[in-house]
Amino acid sequence: MAIHEKSLIRPENIRTHDNLVIDGVDVSGHWSTFIESRVVTDYNEALEEEISALPGGEYIHRCWQCGSCTNSCTVNAVNPDFNPRYWIYLIRMGMEDELLRDKEIIWQCVSCNKCTYSCPRDVAPEGVMKATAHWLELKGHTEPSNSTIFDTEFTRQVVETGKIEDGRILQNFLKNSGQPLVQDWLIQMVKQMLRNLPFKFLFHLGWATLFKPKTKNWDKARAAIEEHIAEEKAEQRVALGLSKQEGS
Amino acid sequence: MQTRKEKYKTVAYYPGCALEGTAQPYNTSTKAIAKELDLELQEIENWNCCGAMEVKNIDPEIQTYLSSRVLSLAKNETKQDVVMAPCNGCYHNLKKAEYDIENKQKSRDVVEKISKKADHPAYEAGEVETIHALDWIKFGYGEEELRAKIKGGLKGLKVANYYGCMYTRPRHIFPEKDQGGDSESTSKPHYMDDLLEIAGAVNVDFAMKTACCGGAHTLSDSDMSTKLVLNILQAAEAAGAEVIATECPTCHSGLEMHQIRALKRLSKQTNVKVIYFTQLLGMAMGLSPRKVGLHENVSDSMKFIREKGIA
Repeated sequence: MAIHEKSLIRPENIRTHDNLVIDGVDVSGHWSTFIESRVVTDYNEALEEEISALPGGEYIHRCWQCGSCTNSCTVNAVNPDFNPRYWIYLIRMGMEDELLRDKEIIWQCVSCNKCTYSCPRDVAPEGVMKATAHWLELKGHTEPSNSTIFDTEFTRQVVETGKIEDGRILQNFLKNSGQPLVQDWLIQMVKQMLRNLPFKFLFHLGWATLFKPKTKNWDKARAAIEEHIAEEKAEQRVALGLSKQEGS
Repeated sequence: MQTRKEKYKTVAYYPGCALEGTAQPYNTSTKAIAKELDLELQEIENWNCCGAMEVKNIDPEIQTYLSSRVLSLAKNETKQDVVMAPCNGCYHNLKKAEYDIENKQKSRDVVEKISKKADHPAYEAGEVETIHALDWIKFGYGEEELRAKIKGGLKGLKVANYYGCMYTRPRHIFPEKDQGGDSESTSKPHYMDDLLEIAGAVNVDFAMKTACCGGAHTLSDSDMSTKLVLNILQAAEAAGAEVIATECPTCHSGLEMHQIRALKRLSKQTNVKVIYFTQLLGMAMGLSPRKVGLHENVSDSMKFIREKGIA
């Protein structure tokens, strides 16, 4: 694969002048292109600390910038802008504005753990990606990603009943993320399933909708889990300088 | 000391949510093999979800608690010291819970706190050994014994063995792997290759054994998953494989779903079949395709298996 170069010279920082003479020298035209100085003054010195306070971000301080994470990254192979090493660098430097340029793709980490496998410093970059995505949402920089919507629906079902049912997860996820239930590939999948076991498949669908799979005597576990999640959430919000409760 | 063969003869069985949902054929074929090989599976009663990837993202300690409850049940209710989980997600999470409870004070505290409130004994590290269906057959039944059980076999079927992410990564939660001898390798896993070779398959040289199918975002970032899966399918075909053997329900349904999606959205057709390794093993032992739930797979390989003379 070709080496991907990330240009630090952004189009908005390039200056050309139609008519400019400096010290008697004519520097008009695009062959005398100027580049606006890149000055960073607004460091967020708390950034690394904030990411460290979220689950998965604990070991970010160990990073040596070797780049093994990006080198092994599954998503990086598809989208070269997905660069865990670079984001860890920005977080540790406190360069929040630079980090925010990539805010729409950080959630795309697929948790394959190749980075964590290859990291010589046990940074657990997969965890850092999750912590960063979480931070972006808590701070209000991004809307909840599809991944978060999915995780939330999944966890809701597990906490409620102790088990999940994939049909309901699929339906609720598509609804919550504003996607139509009718998708060409989904229809094809259902068709293929109906081909071999029309009766059993329909029976299963109906059965699972009527009788949710459940773990018995789950109520006490459920209450304890809900309590713990609420406590952790409040603690995380405080660590990020937010109010304990969302929206208060 | 008890050999693994004695130890794995009867195990606590943890199918998990996927094997009762989309991955039913994996459940069917695992049980069919147990019956055929006279290995006893005692399903853990009243189990709960292991927490999967999703609960970890909301709260990692809750995922550890959920998995620890399953381990605690295996020990205290099923009264077994080995729990077998065919699902890579469940297997991974039980292993991870074991590691976290042994090594992290916070995980221990949360597990103790919630277990107490939920009225069951808190799981303590080392009480139960978690194994995968691959360990269970390879060591609980034995490779030479398995060879004697093969009837008809896979007749030189060309197979790409696909293990996915959660069976080997991250390395620290699998302390028994990479130990030399007959231990599993995390960079080049081979247990499935070993078993299918005994069953008469020809394993192709497949570079993407532990590549990622994008299963974590199979619905939330479908286009990414489709690209990742297409890569795996095409690599398998390029290596000469007729079948991709799977041992993870998330990978399996991901390959099936995105094979369709790649055709619909990217107009890329691939013809390689996707079959659980337990289904292949079962058929090699002479079980009918229906007995191993082949007709329940989304991708249709009934005709293909008949043409190959395997069933």
